[in-house]
Amino acid sequence: MNTIANAHVGSEPLLLEVDDLVQRYTLPRENLFQAAPQVLALNGVSVQLTAGKSLGVVGESGSGKSTFARAVMALETPTSGSVRLLGRDLHRLSARELRRARRDFQMVFQDPYGSLDPRQTVARIVAEPLTALGHVDRAGQRGRVAAVLRQVGLRDADMDKYPHEFSGGQRQRIAIARALITQPKLIVADEPVSALDVSVQAQVLNLLEDLQDEFGLSYMLISHDLAVVEYLCDEIAVMYLGRIVEQGRPEDLFNHCAHPYTRALLEAVPRARPGRERQRRGAQVIASQSKGSTGCTYAGRCPFADAHCSAVAPVARSVGPGHYSACHHAESVMTLPPLAVEV
Amino acid sequence: MTDRTPLIEVDNLWVRLNTSRGPADAVRGVSLSLARGETLGLVGESGCGKSVTALALMGLLPESAVVSGSVRLDGQELVGLAESDYCELRGNRVSMIFQEPMTALNPMHTVGRQVAEPLRRHKGLSTEQARNEAIALLDRVGLPDAAKRVDAYPHQFSGGQRQRITIAMALACEPHLLIADEPTTALDGTIQGQILDLIADLVAERGMSMILISHDLGVIAENVQRMMVMYGGTVVENGATDALFAGLGHPYSQGLFRARPRLGAPKGTRLQTIAGIVPELADLPSGCAFADRCDIAEERCRTTFPAPVTVDAGHTVRCLRTDVSMTNRIGAVPA
Amino acid sequence: MSGIEPAIAMPPSGAAPSQPRQASKGFWQRLLRHRSFMAGGVLTLSVISAALLSMVWTPWPAYEIDMARKLISPSASHWLGTDMLGRDIVSLLLVGARSSIVVGVIAVGIGICFGVPLGLVAAARRGWVEEVIMRLGDFTFAFPALLSAIMLAAVAGPGMVTSITAIGIFQIPIFMRITRGSANSIWAREFVLAARASGKGKFRITIEHVLPNILSILIVQATIQFALAILAEAALSYLGLGTQPPQPSWGRMLNDAQSLLFQSPSLAVYPGLAIAIAVLGLNLLGDGLRDLFDPRLSRER
Repeated sequence: MNTIANAHVGSEPLLLEVDDLVQRYTLPRENLFQAAPQVLALNGVSVQLTAGKSLGVVGESGSGKSTFARAVMALETPTSGSVRLLGRDLHRLSARELRRARRDFQMVFQDPYGSLDPRQTVARIVAEPLTALGHVDRAGQRGRVAAVLRQVGLRDADMDKYPHEFSGGQRQRIAIARALITQPKLIVADEPVSALDVSVQAQVLNLLEDLQDEFGLSYMLISHDLAVVEYLCDEIAVMYLGRIVEQGRPEDLFNHCAHPYTRALLEAVPRARPGRERQRRGAQVIASQSKGSTGCTYAGRCPFADAHCSAVAPVARSVGPGHYSACHHAESVMTLPPLAVEV
Repeated sequence: MTDRTPLIEVDNLWVRLNTSRGPADAVRGVSLSLARGETLGLVGESGCGKSVTALALMGLLPESAVVSGSVRLDGQELVGLAESDYCELRGNRVSMIFQEPMTALNPMHTVGRQVAEPLRRHKGLSTEQARNEAIALLDRVGLPDAAKRVDAYPHQFSGGQRQRITIAMALACEPHLLIADEPTTALDGTIQGQILDLIADLVAERGMSMILISHDLGVIAENVQRMMVMYGGTVVENGATDALFAGLGHPYSQGLFRARPRLGAPKGTRLQTIAGIVPELADLPSGCAFADRCDIAEERCRTTFPAPVTVDAGHTVRCLRTDVSMTNRIGAVPA
Repeated sequence: MSGIEPAIAMPPSGAAPSQPRQASKGFWQRLLRHRSFMAGGVLTLSVISAALLSMVWTPWPAYEIDMARKLISPSASHWLGTDMLGRDIVSLLLVGARSSIVVGVIAVGIGICFGVPLGLVAAARRGWVEEVIMRLGDFTFAFPALLSAIMLAAVAGPGMVTSITAIGIFQIPIFMRITRGSANSIWAREFVLAARASGKGKFRITIEHVLPNILSILIVQATIQFALAILAEAALSYLGLGTQPPQPSWGRMLNDAQSLLFQSPSLAVYPGLAIAIAVLGLNLLGDGLRDLFDPRLSRER
């Protein structure tokens, strides 16, 4: 079990509590005589989120972050573990109770071009969470749609248009409006700005920040972009092959990161400054899950790995106030020279 | 040891495309000159014309595109060149790598066959010779076990490995010029660095020239000697990378720089956005394309198309108000 | 990630919103300029008008046999002449159009009414439900339409109802397959995931999201199937299994003309031409609709 216990920021009540989430997928059988191969997408993930705070989940492809998002949104049933929102285990609710509970948590997706039905007007798209809950008062719906569109910086007149009449950034605003309309407490955003241009990205990030200040929202922000997550979130969890390998506040992660993978991610971000200093990165083994080793899953790529690392899987432990790392050599990593900054 | 005669010279390139709103100019008066061994970066957001410029150099624009101006490769004029002649050049003297490694490779052919294809087409190598050459190339681009993997199919490789394969294909015939259009955008962060390193090494090793296209200022800053910022089909700022990042001169470049969230920035700093959105190509005004969104725009900015102003050695900015914009000194403090 | 800029740049996606309704206005403009669509539309419309016209007026009564006026060449009173029983050819063609259209519409209607819901259920439920439904479809496919019709006629007797039933049953698996295939690709889209995240159930998602997005594919398929149904009806009537005399039918006109092929070849040409026009018109219409509905083809190449 790889848990990061008591990792919550602040002393307010917990909004979201994920406990030892495991998700295993069975792939199609390749051979009639062998067992079907399995993928361990999530291998014991635990987080806690307080109301009003934001958690960023960072990882590369294969890290399990999207699976994590879908499990939290109760779009998939995990193999084991629990997701508790406001004290209720989402996966144990009946279908009707779950549908009602969804007013409290909504999702924003990555692709502004795919996440809106091209055949529906904006009004219908944004009102969908309301209709799903069973609200049929059309006039009231329109009023609420107009209000929420204004909040995200669009106009009332945009209600009756179709998605193709809008730019990428505007479509993402529509998606955010849809997520806001039931006045949720938690918004899970899966790469909400990755498909947008830099200048548009900035507008949407500022919007998300403003909405959080205004409504006391909590975000669970999934991204591969560390800078975005650092900007918006109070706490960051770094995922690698289905586990959280490090968790802490952005300044802790940046100033003294405690896991070699986090460090590799931070070093890999290109810096916009003169001098064109770029560290030569050595050839690295591609991460995959097929090895059945008992040790740390990162050992194959890690410059600090030793025999102990390959034999014993590290358990997450505290390396500072509110800062956790799953690495045997966390202290050595923390003493490495500081990372290059872009001012 | 760069040869002073330019390898590629683009003079006042204009490209008109058919859009759903009628014909529009996607590239307006772009000029550039690249010597052997030099690297140039084109940076900008969607619709700025950077990819269209690259496709114009490669002759890969749609039939309906109207190209005017001059593009000279080693003195040979490429605008208006017959398709068969262009085919001689592509993959041979000029190569391009694209953003999506998933779709750039034919899923029905082995990797070895695809890398060997340009060798057999342009260099006339036999199947055997081309195969050996392909193995050597795959090895050089860092594909482990090249001799065995040469007969594998693209779907058996990861995204980063596929991009290495497309790089091997592009470099097979030792082109003089490599154009890389967002080569790492679709890849994970840690792989991105490796691929950019690989490209940099190969470019230096073979004395190639490179045009690197990206929307990411960081990628440009770390990988090219000179850079051009594009907006609305024109080059708004142009110069040595180091000089630009010591002090960006165009309000758009400055806006782009400030809009990026930066690692290590103190908490609570708000991102500064550029007001408004990119206008449609068909709607660009007669004056400066950025005028409607610019903080320091004046009346004359909307009516006069700005000429490039030299603000520093080799550093030009297309702005009528460089006196104001240069004083902001937006850009990183020199390391 | 600036994944928005396409390899061949069209108007930038970071663009200002276009005027409302511009896209649909453009659609109608494209419609009228599209040659296939217009040609197909004209042909199809003429066949349908012929059928409708025949319900209120024909130059001569189509059923009236007049042996004194048999095999007359085209003239002012009989524009295409008469057949071996003295019936006016034009009138026969007009009323024959009715049979073809009726069989076509009802048979395709059967295919859609049963095939589309089954395909939607298969795509929504997946698992063993999908397997069972698709195997039933395969089973039906295994019987060639014509043989099924012959078997059915042997059991239930020949007639228009028999041909409609046989052709209709064969349409069901076709619509089932195409519905399921296109519905599956819609289910994989992100806006469906968003609807699920809002709490919508599968039934509502199918009606509100999946069906509207596959409608264009189904419409195109329906026009194609219509053409095939007309051909099938003609084949069955030719064999004597479809529309029975005295009800006129193009297929049977062909059969009747067979024995007189060397004396009056034109008797075979006219119904053949009628069938060809109907089928050609519908195919062109279907091609045109497919081009118009496909957003990728609507851009300049």
